[in-house]
Amino acid sequence: MNNQGRPTAPDAANTNTLAPKTHSGNQALNQAVQLIFEVGDLATTGIDLPQPKGTKSRLGDQARKGPIGLPGLSEPETMRHYVRLSQKNYAIDLGVYPLGSCTMKHNPRLNEKVARMPGFADVHPLQPIATVQGALELMSELSHWLMTLCNMPAVALTPKAGAHGELCGMMAIRARLDADGQTQRRRVLVPESAHGTNPATAVQCGFTVDEIPASGDGRVNLDALKARIDSNPDDVAGIMLTNPNTCGLFERDIIEIADAIHAAGGYFYCDGANFNALVGRVRPGDLGVDAMHINLHKTFSTPHGGGGPGSGPTVLSDALKDYAPVPYVVQTKEGYDLVENADDKSFGRMCAFHGQMGMYSRALTYMMSHGSDGLRQATEDAVLNANYVQASLSDVMTPAFGGVCMHEALFDDRFLKDTGVDTLDFAKAMIDEGYHPMTMYFPLVVHGAMLIEPTESESKQELDRFIGSMRHLAEKAKAGNVEMFKQAPVYAPMRRLDETQAARKPVLRWVEPEEVGVAAE
Amino acid sequence: MMKYTESHEWIKLDGDVATVGISDYAAKALGDVVFVELPGVGDDVDAGGELAVVESVKAASEVYAPIAGEVTAVNDALEAAPETVNAAPTEGGWFVKMTVADASALDALMDEDAYKDYCAGL
Repeated sequence: MNNQGRPTAPDAANTNTLAPKTHSGNQALNQAVQLIFEVGDLATTGIDLPQPKGTKSRLGDQARKGPIGLPGLSEPETMRHYVRLSQKNYAIDLGVYPLGSCTMKHNPRLNEKVARMPGFADVHPLQPIATVQGALELMSELSHWLMTLCNMPAVALTPKAGAHGELCGMMAIRARLDADGQTQRRRVLVPESAHGTNPATAVQCGFTVDEIPASGDGRVNLDALKARIDSNPDDVAGIMLTNPNTCGLFERDIIEIADAIHAAGGYFYCDGANFNALVGRVRPGDLGVDAMHINLHKTFSTPHGGGGPGSGPTVLSDALKDYAPVPYVVQTKEGYDLVENADDKSFGRMCAFHGQMGMYSRALTYMMSHGSDGLRQATEDAVLNANYVQASLSDVMTPAFGGVCMHEALFDDRFLKDTGVDTLDFAKAMIDEGYHPMTMYFPLVVHGAMLIEPTESESKQELDRFIGSMRHLAEKAKAGNVEMFKQAPVYAPMRRLDETQAARKPVLRWVEPEEVGVAAE
Repeated sequence: MMKYTESHEWIKLDGDVATVGISDYAAKALGDVVFVELPGVGDDVDAGGELAVVESVKAASEVYAPIAGEVTAVNDALEAAPETVNAAPTEGGWFVKMTVADASALDALMDEDAYKDYCAGL
């Protein structure tokens, strides 16, 4: 048992106890999955290629002499292994994926078709410029859409994801401060509800972070912010603020916050991870934002999760645009060209090449197929869906803050008080209901947080089914069905895994069974 | 006598040396602790400055120095057995021992009863 009273080893009855145990370990379409090292064998090989004739190896004594330590599998064995694994995976193409703060919206198939066009998919970054005019035009068009939606005069396309975009924005701020001789401005204000990457980015850029507390309604405490600025306005480099914030709330004092930072001589970095709640309705440039990254992989529907790829273009204000990184696309009389070398103002280069072409083509396809009216409607539907979820669950669950939310609904664990069920158990029970659990225990400022982001992709019927499951679970918890929650998930291929041991003693590498034996001696 | 901070550290003065850890309330709220990052012996810390980092299955959090002083010893055993923080937060799960720059700074912290009331109000 661990400290939370949960077993630290998997339950012996790891699968449906009513069903007879099969010899193969498979349960009809629920196929057992072995490690690839157990499917294959280190001693055999699954392919058989003849030694090429008429060639002479020039590796000399650099040629490998020992075995490579990889299992030998045939193509069908390899295929089956990964298809079986994929069938155990949850995906947005399988059901509602309400992971808050992640924006798991549908990835339209049209995006995929365009991304696979050879002129976008098969280009090489070192190809002559004259042969990639279409790809450059797409990047230029994408830049135009992003700058228009944000009302900002410049965009750096290259950052590879959100945190990289934050780095881009903060490096531009630092470059501007240094150019102005404002080297004493080394403190960045970060609200306590910020994304964890915000303070990390500030520190990475050589700044020191001052935390600004939240007010009771989940937003930045404006008085505390002003007091901090007044205490020493000359050391403030800027603020990093997420809007809508991680509680799914619009920072209603945002213009006053921007004015206060600008009056002190600092710059306003806005974390644009939640821009999908604003597109077509609010332009960050109108709010006084100096730099903001845009997660193409969230807001503009490019596939993400499981480690990538992402793309985090960063828009910059008039004050920062000269400090943008290279490379960027320019239009000349002869066509499109790339500016590859930094002038004396640009802070330099963030990537070897030109960014995530596959994300650019998907994002622009999403934008152009929706049009400006469609993008606005997607935003409105995302906010409507989140509010529908919040309103439909308010009588059985406890919203963390009152009032209207933006694109995500945030609940705390007060409704589970004295039930013996906690947020983690509730999330595990959602797996049995066939849903990916919502984001849990984040944001940290809310106790036992459950953050639900339905996105605009779900229909009312689908949302009603999801809400029905959530109501069912909330009522079961309140009725004292503790055991059902502690046992969950019971229908998943694997039951509750030992997360504590996995974090304390992670096993990251497969070791030959013989080696395990030797190590134990 | 044990004193507590609003950020849930405890501190206990024994002669010239103070021992610091996190409270039972904090250990419960964090859940299973999986990793503890301790400062170096000889590090100077300010009151309210970052002293250590504690990571659980739920979250990573900073542990702040209740008072100013110099770190004289760290509980290395937590690296191999972070679960001690959950099992015995105020005993075997201590984080650091440190000198006390100004013993009167302890007076400003909460005693056991005041801390209990403080937690009840959270």
